[in-house]
Amino acid sequence: MSGSLSRAAAAVLRWGRGAGGGGLRGPGVRTAGSGGGGGSSGEQLDALVKKDKVVVFLKGTPEQPLCGFSNAVVQILRLHGVRDYAAYNVLDDPQLRQGIKDYSNWPTIPQVYLNGEFVGGCDILLQMHQNGDLVEELKKLGIRSALLDEKKDQDSK
Amino acid sequence: MLSGQLVGRLFSMAGRVCLSRSSAGLGTIGPVEAAIRMKLEQALNPEVLELRNESGGHAVPPGSETHFRVAVVSSRFEGLSALQRHRLVHAALSEELAGPVHALAIQARTPAQWKENPQLDMSPPCLGGSKKTRGTP
Repeated sequence: MSGSLSRAAAAVLRWGRGAGGGGLRGPGVRTAGSGGGGGSSGEQLDALVKKDKVVVFLKGTPEQPLCGFSNAVVQILRLHGVRDYAAYNVLDDPQLRQGIKDYSNWPTIPQVYLNGEFVGGCDILLQMHQNGDLVEELKKLGIRSALLDEKKDQDSK
Repeated sequence: MLSGQLVGRLFSMAGRVCLSRSSAGLGTIGPVEAAIRMKLEQALNPEVLELRNESGGHAVPPGSETHFRVAVVSSRFEGLSALQRHRLVHAALSEELAGPVHALAIQARTPAQWKENPQLDMSPPCLGGSKKTRGTP
């Protein structure tokens, strides 16, 4: 059993590293609230979540998530080949941490936004991954899920 | 679709490890857990309500009531999106979520959905605070 776990984990990690494009920079990570001491008003958050097609608020960063639920969100996006997304670390900014909860009326982190629209936290993203909705939602944003290509490869064998 | 199953497998395996590590603290029901149970029963009249205190897997003192997972099975969820269902649970527990509860994993199902897969899932392992849990892949 532990063999299959480590194989699975290794595959996920390999996948993630391979997807990094060789660069040291993380997938589209941008820091929020630097300078200005704010960036957490409703209007500012509105602009923030609409600036990128895929926006996530995490505890930690995609390279080093500091919460199992935040890590799960990062891993799911990796599985789908979503590399260009904005990730904000709420642990860096207490105002953002509270502000985003108020903005979305959602009490926990992580939070995921697609096309400026709040879709939910880890449980809902995982559910969307499992039932296929995530592939469809990404398609609407013009992002082709990597899982589709993988499936095609297998089908053609 | 191998990697499609990876996340799920990663979760359940890691969760099992996490639970066995924290199982020493199981068996007693604290005041927060009791309040969560009561409020969800009142608000959603669930057919099934499974609640697990997962705090033992996190970097908090023994006996803490900070991290929970709940499965709520209610006909009130019929016709509602996952987001709407979760919001109902959040609303019922607004006091707890504004106070002692840091994390709440939610499985909000209709009775028919629960019948298909009647189990409380495992949460991914904690990555923060405790150094003990770091460094694992």
